[in-house]
Amino acid sequence: MDDMDRRIINELQDGLPLRERPYAQFASDLNISEQAIVDRIGKLLDDGYLSRFGPLYNADRLGGALSLCALEAPEDGFDEAAALVNAHPEVAHNYERDHALNMWFVLATENPERISQVVEEIESETGCAVFQFPKLEEFFVGLKLEV
Amino acid sequence: MADLTQSVIRAIQEGLPLNPRPFALIAERLGTDEETVIDTVQDLQARGVIKRFGVVVRHHELGFRANAMVVWDVPDESVYVTAKRLAADPAVTLCYRRPRRLPKWPYNLFCMIHGQDRDSVQKKISALRRATGIHELPYCVLFSRRRFKQRGARYVSPAIASEACVNG
Repeated sequence: MDDMDRRIINELQDGLPLRERPYAQFASDLNISEQAIVDRIGKLLDDGYLSRFGPLYNADRLGGALSLCALEAPEDGFDEAAALVNAHPEVAHNYERDHALNMWFVLATENPERISQVVEEIESETGCAVFQFPKLEEFFVGLKLEV
Repeated sequence: MADLTQSVIRAIQEGLPLNPRPFALIAERLGTDEETVIDTVQDLQARGVIKRFGVVVRHHELGFRANAMVVWDVPDESVYVTAKRLAADPAVTLCYRRPRRLPKWPYNLFCMIHGQDRDSVQKKISALRRATGIHELPYCVLFSRRRFKQRGARYVSPAIASEACVNG
């Protein structure tokens, strides 16, 4: 990754102009071709620096549901509990964090009802109470990191 | 939603074609014209079905090895003002109001803060607390210890899963 890649990442975290040639102005600012920009985006995706390039949808506007969830796994049983949670295809990602509630994961489902079903399954499999933290209000979703 | 709108949602849910004229390519696939596709995408964004357009970085791979979920217990009547103040700080990458789970969990405002290492994240948090004048609020910092590899939610459409890739 070079400075040009960094400029592309920083710029495109702010969004993309929705017009026929979305890269035209940016390419001219960078003094490279539009094709060179998309080629670099493709390389950054292939190399794993970017996870997505395109739209981020609002799940609930499409009838789907997301929920951040947490549970308190026993110290000596953490890995077993993590394996049980991660085995569910609805789990988008999962982090171990340093708190009594030490496991934090996000569920993504096609409908809101399915969230509580998965939560019940996880509770019965792990023997741990699952706390749900669905978003009530979103204040910022830039997720912009200057690289 | 109209059929064409649904088709456009599906056509770009896994990403935009890597082409200087991405919308022309989609139009060709869908048997419509470029302008119609652009209008549809603009409309989806205006209505909030699409939250944003662009790249999503893998923060770990880009050198942001530490991330903290920082949570605050904010009085309900001032949560909006506090959240707006936090969200305006470039250190904060996500900011959500979520429910408390009393008595175990008194916190109702959740932020994400990323940094090269724990020390730099901690410094950002200290600066944030000073700058936003919220140093009196109870808060808690939950650093990540491990991230589990996930293939992403597999039984949902890529469109629904897209939000989960930045949520938390």
